[in-house]
Amino acid sequence: MTTTLLAIGTRKGLWLATSEDRRAWSLSAPHFLMTEVPSVGIDVRDGRTRVLLGIRSEHFGPTVVHSDDLGTTWTEPEGGAIRFPTDAGAAVERVWQLHPDSADRPGVVWAGAEPISVWRSDDGGEHFELCRGLWDHPHRAEWGAGYGGAAAHSVVPGPDGTVHVAMSTGGVYRTRDGGASWQPRNAGISAYFLPGPAPEFGQCVHKIARDAADPRRLYAQNHHGVHRSDDDGDTWTSIADGLPSDFGFVMLADPRRGGRIWVVPLVADGQRIPPDGRLAVHRSDDAGETWQRLDAGLPTDEYNAVLRDAACVDAGDPVGVYVGTRGGEVYASADAGESFTQVAGHLPDVLCVRAAVLP
Amino acid sequence: MTVRVLLPRLLADCTGGRSSVALDLPGEATVGAVLDALAADHPVLDRRVRDETGALRRHVNVYVDGDEVRRLRGLATVVPPGAEVMVVQSVAGG
Repeated sequence: MTTTLLAIGTRKGLWLATSEDRRAWSLSAPHFLMTEVPSVGIDVRDGRTRVLLGIRSEHFGPTVVHSDDLGTTWTEPEGGAIRFPTDAGAAVERVWQLHPDSADRPGVVWAGAEPISVWRSDDGGEHFELCRGLWDHPHRAEWGAGYGGAAAHSVVPGPDGTVHVAMSTGGVYRTRDGGASWQPRNAGISAYFLPGPAPEFGQCVHKIARDAADPRRLYAQNHHGVHRSDDDGDTWTSIADGLPSDFGFVMLADPRRGGRIWVVPLVADGQRIPPDGRLAVHRSDDAGETWQRLDAGLPTDEYNAVLRDAACVDAGDPVGVYVGTRGGEVYASADAGESFTQVAGHLPDVLCVRAAVLP
Repeated sequence: MTVRVLLPRLLADCTGGRSSVALDLPGEATVGAVLDALAADHPVLDRRVRDETGALRRHVNVYVDGDEVRRLRGLATVVPPGAEVMVVQSVAGG
């Protein structure tokens, strides 16, 4: 029997849910109650399940912890997993992203943090090194802060030393040499909130994802704008036609099927609610050429946003889709979004969800 | 000299459950030196109180014999022999 683990990070703690069929869920007691959980990573490589958490206390700051026993015990490295070196003159405010690398690079875990920074771990997320190539980038002084903070929130490793990151607000950057040098890759991504023509960088990209079949194909949900790149991020074109709105935070790519993606549209940046107050995911099976609205099992009255990491997919067959709202509701689909069941309700606002089929 | 550090209940898990720690320091010390001495045995506690630049976290307050150190000389505030150093979270969050 297959067990699926769903980790739900909220503004006031973590909940872990498990299911044998991804329809009926068993929810744990809260972990780290009253502590913000802005990032979760589930690493199922090497025959074990490691849950990594970026947590943050309003008083006592951020840290990263991990559990290898599904949350029964948690370990925090004494010296801290993510800490700026002294010469950086900065302190971590919040860890926004914990992303295990591919199966052929076990032990490698990426992190994105606030202030805008990308980090690499080679020991499964126990200790991270600052990616100096990006931290020392001459553009850094000009990267701005989005409403939620100045964060690197998307870290998308690819083949052969390629990594794409996205940040608020700097846009997409790419390295092809394992992080030594980085170039902005925002051509075609709009930035209506900046004067003049679209700049080289400064876009407010909310989330990026990589296609399962073509690693040079990327998708981006922008602060107004839904885009695809077919050339490794060199150029982007709009794929927003057919969506009710080009605003939102989520961008998900199917880990099994090329060309399949999901977004969760919101009306606009000035009206961050689902269109008509009805929650729906929208799925494309042709890389954004056409879209299908999917809302079976989702609430018909929902005025809370789904944040950029409050949606995820698992690697099940068929792929599972998960969304959580700022109203504390969490929904799961066992059939790629065709239908949803409620996992939990009335939690604190959901900041992130991550799901994995346990080995 | 001996300094007693009082900790909030929320940080007691960083000191094996103790909310009061006595430190022996060579002569007069600063708040920074007291925290350094505390950090030597309790590195996780130190990360809760100070960030990696060495600054006190914004919503953590430190009192020396009842005076908040930000109103004195911050981490350079002198801690006299026998003083009581209290670490406490400020009113924040929701």
